[in-house]
Amino acid sequence: MGLEDLVDSLGQNVLTTTVGKVIGWGRGNSVWPAQFGLACCAIEMISTATAGVDIARFGSEAMRASPRQADLMIVSGRVSQKMAPILRTIYDQMPEPKWVISMGACASTGGVFNNYALLQGVDKVVPVDVYIPGCPPRPEDLLNALMILQERIKAQGIVTR
Amino acid sequence: MADAANGGLTVSIEDTTGQGVTITQSGQQGAFGGELLTINFGPHHPSTHGVLRLIVDLDGEKVKRVKPVIGYLHTGIEKQMEALRWQQGVVCTDRHDYLSPPINNLAYALAVERLMGVEVPPRAQALRVIMSELTRLSSHLVWLGTSGIELGAMSVLMYCFRERDTIMDMNEEISGFRMHTSYIRPGGVMADATPRFFDLLAKFLREMPGHIDEYEDLLTMNPIWRARTIGIGRLAPEVAKVVGASGPMIRGSGIAWDLRKVMPYSGYENYDFEVATNDGCDCYARYLVRIQEMRESVKILAQAVDRLPDGPVNVDDRKMLPPPREELETSMEAVIHHFKLFTEGYSVPPGDVYVAVESGRGENGCYISSDGTHKPRRVKFRSASFVNLQALERMALDHMVADLVAIIGTADTVLGDVDR
Ligand code: SF4
Repeated sequence: MGLEDLVDSLGQNVLTTTVGKVIGWGRGNSVWPAQFGLACCAIEMISTATAGVDIARFGSEAMRASPRQADLMIVSGRVSQKMAPILRTIYDQMPEPKWVISMGACASTGGVFNNYALLQGVDKVVPVDVYIPGCPPRPEDLLNALMILQERIKAQGIVTR
Repeated sequence: MADAANGGLTVSIEDTTGQGVTITQSGQQGAFGGELLTINFGPHHPSTHGVLRLIVDLDGEKVKRVKPVIGYLHTGIEKQMEALRWQQGVVCTDRHDYLSPPINNLAYALAVERLMGVEVPPRAQALRVIMSELTRLSSHLVWLGTSGIELGAMSVLMYCFRERDTIMDMNEEISGFRMHTSYIRPGGVMADATPRFFDLLAKFLREMPGHIDEYEDLLTMNPIWRARTIGIGRLAPEVAKVVGASGPMIRGSGIAWDLRKVMPYSGYENYDFEVATNDGCDCYARYLVRIQEMRESVKILAQAVDRLPDGPVNVDDRKMLPPPREELETSMEAVIHHFKLFTEGYSVPPGDVYVAVESGRGENGCYISSDGTHKPRRVKFRSASFVNLQALERMALDHMVADLVAIIGTADTVLGDVDR
């Protein structure tokens, strides 16, 4: 087999890329969210997972009941002072690399409830990657946030945080 | 852990940090000679319908004691409303029982209207009924879908949310928003319904009975569903009365208590519908009641659309509601009213009032107390979920721990409603 032939056949079969890109591609298309609903926004999160909008198109339909199996925490709703330490525990239980989407006005800033009971933004206890405005955000908004996150994960490659 | 000093009994050690799952043993003797096991169920658990935490004492797999720990979703909604003007408070009512926003709006609006002594026009009343029934349907659909998932029937959710989405589309058409519509307000409703809303509604009413049959095909005779719900979570009628249960919980115990019939509001007395009841007293009975209620809601909706009166949808009171847009351009008085309303709001005569409406979960009451200013002195919600939760221990006693999931499911508690 001549060298030219070899190069020819390789040209049909081999893609060259970096490890980081492959990992990013794989991670970005299989972001498993933790099944973790808090308030009203959680209902819209459920409807994102159902047939109408179908989050499965983006590889994120596997809502994991155990944080140990999840990559993404969608903070879907208001976080009370009492819930904040638990939320942090769940976040800590998730394996690296992990991402957080803060869904809705309450999770992002406290929303309408500027009072003693609510955490004024979940970023006070966990680092947030994408914020979604809305009260509650539409299912499409959540998909949009997921797509933004996917872009980031893909660009991140092998580096974590 | 048992010792002689306290007769072989120690209190179960509770997880005071409130974090994660802790398993501790109490010294009490179980039936098989072992000790009772105290486990933590929640607050983060996929099947507690939100952030409910239960401390459960188990004897083997049998539930011996259930102690709900609430407050993980405490939002301070009632306190918040004291800081908002009367017309702004509507926004908060949407968000406590987040599966039935328009019904919460209605309770608050009726309370404010009663203090102010105003009566909304007939068209507004009919629109309020239409929105209430649509909400009841969507609330029951969410309940059916999520309860199905908890007992392993995954596909029901897909069907239920398909119909819920059409209801959300209608919400969006009539109010501009999917979930928290704030559509029903003191003094009437936000705006008149559009022709497209009625088109969507007509289509929905044509199709919905067939869809309800579809859910029944999936569940009613399904052997697994029946095995998981029949005879599970018995709530005797006397107990239901004692704890103050309402809604499908009490109707599933054979008591025909429905506020739409016994204390009609918003013209419910003019509609012809049955109060769904079932004598089964178990989870299956509550399921059947809800299915029947969905059919009745469709009936009420059809009647409401049929005889929808014409006319205004708001009271004609410039002190309470903003003037129409056109008037602002021609009338100085309208501009002043508009300005006053959006800077100061209106004041409500002093007094206390309690108004209750029937939500998807039961008696949803709103107590307001006014001191005559433009903000409420106190707002309190009597939430059906909170009261229904009191029945949990009685229903769960001596059942397997897996049945607890079915029981919490059919109690249909919304944690936003419990904790507020
Ligand atoms: S942002 Fe709105 S919808 Fe979401 S949890 Fe807060 S109040 Fe509910």
